[in-house]
Amino acid sequence: MSSHPADGPGDVDTPLPADVAALADVPADKGEVHLVHLYPREMSIYGDLGNTRCLASRLRWHGYRPVVHNHHPGAPWPGRVDLVLGGGGQDSGQLRVQEDLAAQADRLRELAAGGVPMLMICGMYQLFGKAFITAEGHRLPGLGVLDVTTRGNATRMIGPVVLDTDFGAVVGYENHSGATVLGEGQAPFGRVRHGHGNDGSDGTEGARTGNVIGSYLHGPILPANPDLADGLLEAAARRATGDWAPAQIDDTLARQAHGHQVRRLLG
Amino acid sequence: MRPRTTAALAAGKAARLVSRLRGGGSALPGLVAERIDPGLLAHTLGSMPRGVVVVSGTNGKTTTTKMLVALLRAHGLRVFTNPTGSNFTRGVISALLGEVGLRGRVDADLAVVELDEAHALHFAAQVAPTHALLLNVARDQLDRFAEIDHTARLLTTLGQATTGGVVLNADDSFISRIREHLQPGVEVGWFAVDPSVADRLPELQEADVRFAEEERPDLTEGAALLLPAEDGRACTVRLPGGSDVGPVTLRQRGLAAMINATAATAMARQLLGESFAVDAAAHALATVTPPFGRGEVIDVGGVPLELVLVKNPAGFTVALGTYGTEPVATMIAINDNYADGRDVSWLYDVSFESLRERGVALTSGVRAWDMALRLRYDGVEVGEVETDLDRALDRFLALHEGEPMRVFTSYTAMMHLRRRLADRFGLARFGEDPAA
Repeated sequence: MSSHPADGPGDVDTPLPADVAALADVPADKGEVHLVHLYPREMSIYGDLGNTRCLASRLRWHGYRPVVHNHHPGAPWPGRVDLVLGGGGQDSGQLRVQEDLAAQADRLRELAAGGVPMLMICGMYQLFGKAFITAEGHRLPGLGVLDVTTRGNATRMIGPVVLDTDFGAVVGYENHSGATVLGEGQAPFGRVRHGHGNDGSDGTEGARTGNVIGSYLHGPILPANPDLADGLLEAAARRATGDWAPAQIDDTLARQAHGHQVRRLLG
Repeated sequence: MRPRTTAALAAGKAARLVSRLRGGGSALPGLVAERIDPGLLAHTLGSMPRGVVVVSGTNGKTTTTKMLVALLRAHGLRVFTNPTGSNFTRGVISALLGEVGLRGRVDADLAVVELDEAHALHFAAQVAPTHALLLNVARDQLDRFAEIDHTARLLTTLGQATTGGVVLNADDSFISRIREHLQPGVEVGWFAVDPSVADRLPELQEADVRFAEEERPDLTEGAALLLPAEDGRACTVRLPGGSDVGPVTLRQRGLAAMINATAATAMARQLLGESFAVDAAAHALATVTPPFGRGEVIDVGGVPLELVLVKNPAGFTVALGTYGTEPVATMIAINDNYADGRDVSWLYDVSFESLRERGVALTSGVRAWDMALRLRYDGVEVGEVETDLDRALDRFLALHEGEPMRVFTSYTAMMHLRRRLADRFGLARFGEDPAA
């Protein structure tokens, strides 16, 4: 445990509204699960905070106690990490986090190799890859957690998306100018059924290695894809408590929102 | 006048007539005319005797434009404007078609046009604005503008193209920085909230993209300062040199509307100079009605229904701050057409906690389920989900007959709902705003 006050047990940086917690008619007695949101100020331009809110709420509804750490550039690293989230940002946001990300690089690679579930969206997906090559040809190295390389592109890939993934159909919205290519042997996160995906031509979207998922999908991706959310939580809870004991959650709204988009986009 | 311009005007006017008879939208006639003569704007607006004022920014364009026009008209000026909130270039041309003769002469002293950030540049490339009033930069329709920084650059370029004077928001660092990029000799005016209420600004701004090191510019050049009254309803605009406009109670509620009034007053003061009269200005601000769907109050069988347009996180947050403190029966309608913004991710950058006490009666629109799901994550109870707007409106009116009601709605859902309400309750049609 670090001595930073925000790392105290049960100290929630982004508290759940009391009424959301109250929606859970189960006690929070299955243990704490610590979520780290990387750079929520600089890298969460398209509602990516909703992913963190979704996971924290679902943990509570499943009977766990969520602890959310908002990690800002230069701040001490949280003492306990069971799941890591990152979102999309602007070029200026990426510049602001670069130094801190380099400082945390070894730690993040270690956590990823150790099976900590991670969800990296858009800009952070690119930064978790091997490199980003700008339109001018400059090569900016990434963390290399995922074997993907992204090239700056003149045309943006924008629009609603439906994927086939290991977690079933996944819906979301992409908005990226980078074209990403998977390295040999790198598994994608999903196959594109509607939308552009990694580079608009190879039919893949995102990348997945173990419990680390990179994807371009905003939406935000988790609320309307509860099976994906629970897939990440299962890995996090097993790591944190040694077990995964989900409760029954009423996902009527999520399944309707999901099904509506799937039907609309696939016809 | 060039024959091509005359031909464009004739074709545009014909399209406008057809479009009006069919009760259709306001953009098509402009598109027709622009196709025939791409130089149409320059040939008609370029010779306005007192110039062309562009109002742009993410939030408050329509309201601020309407206020500025009212202020200028109260001083006896004849103003051409695009009053419908159709803030693409072709919307300006469509409005122009109603006022211009085939020879291209507009019977006005100056033009005040509202343009979105991208179209403001398209416009400025054809007609150099003499004046620009730049309001704010926030996340809005990122599927179109891609990045906030990009939006800020668009407005900076607009500022650079302006020849006479600009009025900038001192409280928005994206806007205040534009001062460094103006042409030499361009007059700079400012608007800001009074330091005594600066702590209320975060409720209007994108805290997560603003950083502590950015400070408010030194206002030695003098700023129009907003001073809200204790009761929260009235406000005073304090002008440099010690004169006050107000206290005045606006017809539209909330801090955002007051800031819009301050911005409009600052621009009117710059345009009018010594002939600016505080009493006429106060009267104009007190009587100008909210534009369609922007806090517009519709009389539904003796009870008020407020129609509140929401398009982006800052705007929705402001709307909830303005209205959320007085809970009434609420419906939220979210579409994801191009004009709404096709990505609904932004709903997760808004906190809906103020709706928790009363709940939301219905969500509607193409993304009704996503909206209901969003509310669930803020602990707000939703009565019903009905994606069809007509059925939802019928149901909402029936469920809450005789009670005050409020509808928060994205753009195309607002246009649809207002048309239905206009048919049922006899309102003015779009483009025929009686108070404009």
